[in-house]
Amino acid sequence: MTENYRAMWKDLGLDLEAHDGLLAVLGEAYQDIYLSQKNRPAGMGYFDFVMSEVHGLRIKELLDEKKAGRKIIGSYCVFVPEEIALAANATLVGLCSGADFAMEEVERILPRNTCALIKSSFGFKLGKVCPYLESADMIVGENTCDGKKKAYESLSDLVKNLYVMDLPQVKSDHGKALLKAEYNRFRKAVEGLTGIPVSDKSLKQAIRTVNAKRTAIHRLSALRKADPAPISGLDALLANQVFFYDNPERFTESVHKICDELENRIAEKNGVFPENTPRILVSGCPQAVPNWKLPFIVESSGAVIVGEESCVGERGTRNLTDETGETVEQMMDAIADRYFQVDCAIFTPNPDRLKHIQEMVAAYNADGVIHYGLQFCQPYLMESMPVEKAMEDANIPCLRIETDYSMEDVGQLKTRIEAFIEQLR
Amino acid sequence: MHFAGIDIGSRTIELVVLDEAGNIVSSLQADTGFDPMEEARNLIDGTRYDRIMATGYGRNLFEISFDASTVTEIKAHARGSRSYFPDAQTVLDIGGQDSKAIALFENGKVKKFEMNDRCAAGTGKFLEIMARTLGFDLEDFGKEALSVEKDLNISSMCTVFAESEVTSLIAKGKSRQEIARGLHASVIRRAAAMINRVSSEGDIVFTGGVAKNPCMCTLLERKLGRRILTPDDPQSVGALGAALLAQEE
Repeated sequence: MTENYRAMWKDLGLDLEAHDGLLAVLGEAYQDIYLSQKNRPAGMGYFDFVMSEVHGLRIKELLDEKKAGRKIIGSYCVFVPEEIALAANATLVGLCSGADFAMEEVERILPRNTCALIKSSFGFKLGKVCPYLESADMIVGENTCDGKKKAYESLSDLVKNLYVMDLPQVKSDHGKALLKAEYNRFRKAVEGLTGIPVSDKSLKQAIRTVNAKRTAIHRLSALRKADPAPISGLDALLANQVFFYDNPERFTESVHKICDELENRIAEKNGVFPENTPRILVSGCPQAVPNWKLPFIVESSGAVIVGEESCVGERGTRNLTDETGETVEQMMDAIADRYFQVDCAIFTPNPDRLKHIQEMVAAYNADGVIHYGLQFCQPYLMESMPVEKAMEDANIPCLRIETDYSMEDVGQLKTRIEAFIEQLR
Repeated sequence: MHFAGIDIGSRTIELVVLDEAGNIVSSLQADTGFDPMEEARNLIDGTRYDRIMATGYGRNLFEISFDASTVTEIKAHARGSRSYFPDAQTVLDIGGQDSKAIALFENGKVKKFEMNDRCAAGTGKFLEIMARTLGFDLEDFGKEALSVEKDLNISSMCTVFAESEVTSLIAKGKSRQEIARGLHASVIRRAAAMINRVSSEGDIVFTGGVAKNPCMCTLLERKLGRRILTPDDPQSVGALGAALLAQEE
């Protein structure tokens, strides 16, 4: 993709040399991890294309949208409602935070013991390699964990258009009122950015668009209940990752297309792994593109991942927004109601998450749970202990891992994951 | 039929061959050196076997170079330990670069395990470097440490930091034996914590090269108040387990 887009990247202010390096590594990793998989569904061709153009064609589309008067909003979290952005004539995209980049520069601004995800978001800015970030008219930070909350204070020195959204930490009436107030404040900010007020009609349409995306992903998730698994965990994770980048309508259509194919595969018992392959549910921290480290190890060690209890996964896509509201106010309430159910570990207490893990183990017929924690991610690492305990009490094998984006622990992880899979057989 | 198990560890490679009845017909060892596959080839050359299973960190490389199946060290040590002690439900394996605590179900299946991640703190390599820093032969290190009652507290588990701590204790004129005992005690604290996370009672089978160190066995027994069982050749338990699993395959 390189040649056609160089002028575009240059205009965006990217460091072309560093960006070439990033794309080369990404391309190689994609080849080794994704394209080397056997018997992949043909529908994955679309996602392969999206990934090959993730910094190319998709950016060009966004820039074309901008020329036509739309605004681009970048976000780092599933608490930022896409419905509101769409309703005010803006496009919401997830920002890069899944790989180590420019770490030396990052560690001049952030303490070393900051989680890989936060460091990565800074690395992409400091290294000037994220075209999404550079295309964005507004970047939304959100007060989730302490790490992110404080990091946005430093990020505001690096990006001029940072908007910080406050979030509740307790699921109380006060908490919900805070979320509603913050979503209304966000709506006004987006309206201010685009100059287009959110109307009954535009908000309803936006809710439908985002719900359609979620419904498609729900359908894909449900098909993963089959044994043999019709799609690898890697490929399903990719679809969940692309959820944050792609044009919503096209994404929905492409996911349904692959689902049609998977239904045929299930009928033919044509799996990507043999029947009775150990089935694993991954639970914990988000896995942003191109963080494919864990699923790659798991699926090259003889098991299949059947679900992600994660922001990039079911935590992010669970529940639709009620579409029946007639006024902007009613629909804004419905949006707050929907997002308030997200069981992020920043909430205290957070019993819903444990309940969801147990439900997912049953629904996807998982043989074991791998709790995926990013090093220094206090909320999820704290929760990993009670999760492990609850799984053990229910006789569900559970492996807690704590890792980052580096490759130095791959050998150790492989041994632990292989041993865990041996336990499941 | 003969069944072989090969354990390619970070420091040593062990090869165990069993006959049909499960008797050990040969048990060999070599240093891993710089070319583990060459060393492995030297070990298996001239050894007769029908099936071989590889374990240890070099297992995947071995699988590619030779016609072998693989198993993790965790399952291999669990299986090997049960052949010495059929009722064992807890295994501690401390090798050259990693350590594991394994809890087993009554039937011998792995129930739960803990493993050190990333660094070699609290493993054989740590003890080896500390022995050298103190001027002891590795073989005598445990015995020397056991010859005194007092241990000097070593607070760092990091090999690099612990080494400078040891150097400064030597400079203060402290007894080498007491420093040695302190180092053993610090490894034991870590191992005990790992065991306690997987199991709270019953005998513990201690395997891996570090199980040959008498001070480790004594201090561990004292620290946990549980009986420590050490196989005759603790270093070859992984290879033995792999051979048994090859037979059962």
